[in-house]
Amino acid sequence: MEEKPTSWFMRIAVTILFLFLLAPVLLVFPISFSGDQILAFPPSSWSLRWYEALLGNNVMMSAFLTSLGLATVVTVLSLIIAIPASYAIVRLKVTGSEFLFNLFTAPLLLPTIVLGLAILIIFASMGLLATFTGLVIGHLVITLPYALRVLSVSLGNLNLACEEAASSLGAKPLAVFGKVTLPMMAPGIVAATALCFLVSFDEVVITLFLTGPRMTTLPVELFHHVESQADPLVASVSVLLILMTLAVVMIVDRTMGLTRAFVK
Amino acid sequence: MTTAALDIPLSDQKSSSAAGIALTLLLPIALVNAIGFILPVLNLARMSFNEALPGGGIAEAFTAANWTGLLEDGFYIELITNSIVVSLGITLATLLVSYPIALYLHRASGAWRTFLTVLVISPLLTSAVVRTYGWIALLAEQGPVANVIASMGFEPPRMMFNTTGVVIGLTEILMPYMILSLMAGFGRLDPKVEEAARTLGAPPFRTFWRVILPLTLPGIALGCLLCFVLAISSFITPKLMGGGRVFLLATEIYDQAIVTLNWPLAATLSMLVLVIFGAALAVYSRILHVIEG
Repeated sequence: MEEKPTSWFMRIAVTILFLFLLAPVLLVFPISFSGDQILAFPPSSWSLRWYEALLGNNVMMSAFLTSLGLATVVTVLSLIIAIPASYAIVRLKVTGSEFLFNLFTAPLLLPTIVLGLAILIIFASMGLLATFTGLVIGHLVITLPYALRVLSVSLGNLNLACEEAASSLGAKPLAVFGKVTLPMMAPGIVAATALCFLVSFDEVVITLFLTGPRMTTLPVELFHHVESQADPLVASVSVLLILMTLAVVMIVDRTMGLTRAFVK
Repeated sequence: MTTAALDIPLSDQKSSSAAGIALTLLLPIALVNAIGFILPVLNLARMSFNEALPGGGIAEAFTAANWTGLLEDGFYIELITNSIVVSLGITLATLLVSYPIALYLHRASGAWRTFLTVLVISPLLTSAVVRTYGWIALLAEQGPVANVIASMGFEPPRMMFNTTGVVIGLTEILMPYMILSLMAGFGRLDPKVEEAARTLGAPPFRTFWRVILPLTLPGIALGCLLCFVLAISSFITPKLMGGGRVFLLATEIYDQAIVTLNWPLAATLSMLVLVIFGAALAVYSRILHVIEG
């Protein structure tokens, strides 16, 4: 038999490996409808009790609201801070702009466990632990590099001709930016918004160091819950989180195309 | 960063007022970077030379005691070796399970390829806590994997709260990174070269060993570097699946910082992770040098 580029053996192997890759994510869907008291698969009975338990769980619900508010504030601040910065680096080409770009994206190179500890020690002396301000700054350290990267690429890919035309027709620099550059950056801004929101909402290692009994986020609360007990509650939260992520990704896809947003 | 973006000629904006505007635009990001990154990291490096007092106190000092203490204590020697060995094992396992997927994706085309790529990326958008929780359900004592093994007539091994569980969980969690790195390095793999090997009479295995594998070595090196670095600094999965019985660098940093409150020691262990990062990077560039020769 002639060898095709993908033989039947390879297809079976790849199918099994894909199952391995997706198994833990797929598994939380059936578990979330479990009627059992403890985590088991397959569940012995089905029910919506863990979704009800979630609605009645004050700690989880308030952690969810904190995460939602935090991610929103962090996303808005990331855009307000990163759009001017990307403009200064890409367009105004300040001296050493490449160095500055590397410096501002460097936090991503550090392991989050190291960065989290480093921030914990500094924030402890500033009284920023378990405060909303502390969490916002901690998350900005991680979201700003993503925002700067996406926005700089988006800005660098723009055609300068439109801006030059506007300014040669007499538009002031600020008007050129607001009426020409910014609208043309829209796809990049949508991508940066989605990325910042998802990164902030999901951040858990750095946040673990910065939260306390007074203020906690949903991923951190999930972590502590899994650490202390094995029940299907986490599965129902997970399903809702996955659906939320899916919604954000679909909005990005509809607005500008997924591959354009995340790959380029 | 695309250098093309930085090479755009600017004629009239290079005045001193433009420099002032640029500084104003960069001030907020510089401030966050200073408070949330530079200052903490410098302080962490300094902290590793401070003296830890019993009961969580810290004495300002400049001593290498934390560093020498690590190298004299058998527990920490074992912790460090164990972390490196387990991370290398995870890297190898991730490579083995990712390579066929990457090769298949490289050969697929059109909508099918796009769909499968989205499937590969989608776990990345799911929290590590959620995926680890999924593995806890799968590998539990009476879980589905244990049941399948038992139904085949074997005694199911213990897969939770030990290194096996940590390796299985982290291998899956790191797969998307490995697959994407491999695919990025597969650019040089031309189907015509494989065809040539086949028409010259090479059996499939030899075509793979002599033609495909050597051409994909740069992608393998990149994926392995990334996975090793991510494995040795990963915390969520070892903490939840190790159940306090698996001792690795990242979990020890957390325990020293949060439970024992020995910040100087936690800082020293963190610096050690960065040293291992540097060593991994050096090995990577050495390997790349040999491959590209």
